[in-house]
Amino acid sequence: MITERGGILDKTRVRPIRHLMNPLDFTVDELEKLFDLAGDIEREPAKYAKVCEGKKLATCFYEPSTRTRLSFEAAMLNLGGEVLGFSEASSSSAAKGESVSDTIRVISCYADICAMRHPKEGAAYVAASKSLIPVINAGDGGHQHPTQTLTDLLTIRSLRGSLSGFTIGLCGDLKFGRTVHSLINALTRYSDVRFIFISPEELKVPDYITDMLDEKGIGYEEVISLEDVIDKLDILYMTRVQRERFFNEEDYVRLKDFYILTKDKLDKAKSDMMVLHPLPRVNEISVEIDDDPRAAYFKQAQYGVYVRMALILTLLGMEPV
Amino acid sequence: MLNVGKIEEGFVLDHIKAGQSLSIYHHLQLDKMDHTVAIIKNAKSEKMGKKDILKVECNIEELNLDVLAVIDKNITVNVIKDGEIVSKKELTLPKEIKHIFKCKNPRCITSIEQELPHIFFLADEKEGVYRCRYCEEKFDKRRLVQ
Repeated sequence: MITERGGILDKTRVRPIRHLMNPLDFTVDELEKLFDLAGDIEREPAKYAKVCEGKKLATCFYEPSTRTRLSFEAAMLNLGGEVLGFSEASSSSAAKGESVSDTIRVISCYADICAMRHPKEGAAYVAASKSLIPVINAGDGGHQHPTQTLTDLLTIRSLRGSLSGFTIGLCGDLKFGRTVHSLINALTRYSDVRFIFISPEELKVPDYITDMLDEKGIGYEEVISLEDVIDKLDILYMTRVQRERFFNEEDYVRLKDFYILTKDKLDKAKSDMMVLHPLPRVNEISVEIDDDPRAAYFKQAQYGVYVRMALILTLLGMEPV
Repeated sequence: MLNVGKIEEGFVLDHIKAGQSLSIYHHLQLDKMDHTVAIIKNAKSEKMGKKDILKVECNIEELNLDVLAVIDKNITVNVIKDGEIVSKKELTLPKEIKHIFKCKNPRCITSIEQELPHIFFLADEKEGVYRCRYCEEKFDKRRLVQ
């Protein structure tokens, strides 16, 4: 995927434009810098409150995604910038038949950076290839959602202090869940990370993921019962079984309640285990554990704002004065 | 025995799997060009039993044969000049294939934006895997023989 278009300079004609399409677009070193910046933002938000004054973020959302859009908007507003955009295709020129390429060319005249969500895979890539401003892929169908992965990585790094040396259990829909696939891919770049995949037979992690782990010599286990392995985990990443992924309602109903994380189950876990979830949850995490110190999913949402702030600053090349 | 005359300049594609010549004719987009083409199906072959052969009379600089490596690396490409075989062209997998195959993924952006060029990139040279430049869906090689 493209990340940099060496030949084309940004609107200020100072440096090449950089986009974010895929979580692996950044090297491990670049991610370290991004996460250090996010950490600094967390510690001293006031320092960054006006860094993006006069800058505009366009949120081009061709399908509704309140959480992702609001976190981008909150990130830009926290940096002192402004936001404009649309939150569904029907309120954009797409409804009149305008192509993504044309839309981004126009948006390039209005804003300094763009976050794009589109139901079709590769839409953000099309935008990036025609854009004169940095484009962030805010989700393109079931393909990539890089800022969710960056959020997950920052949360783990901030709460554990490192992205190495732990056992992570990924639980629920491991077949269709793109956040899970992206996170596994991203974590394979760090040392001593062990994976335990917890899913019903029908929702097992795809072969291409296990083949990739085998090829890299990274250890993993595949199990059905969460209770059997919960005591081994340093991180438990829960996912939602999504209705729209199933062709028949019967399978969905049968599998949707397969895993529910309750207080009883959590009692068997390590005292410092971290529970993550990309949200929104339905019923896979019981509300009774929301106040448990191990429940980190709302902190994760907060880290989502910090990492997007760091990302906007990085892609715009902005620094605090 | 069927006889097809010599060509002065162009290519003779030999050792094509029997039945694949028409598909290759289309993938090379010969249907859109004016070249003289002979398609020989089910010719006898000691090595293969039956094989297809394609003869294309054209300026050898004009025809891009990159896609042949994707279809079947075992096809022999004889380069013809002045009625004689002057060399055999080695087939290597191209880094990118543009405008030849269409992405069939219904979730791909190319499924709704017709003007986008269909591009596949070589994702795994060892296994010869190509992926769509946009959605990264793997190209299904079974489509090549359809």
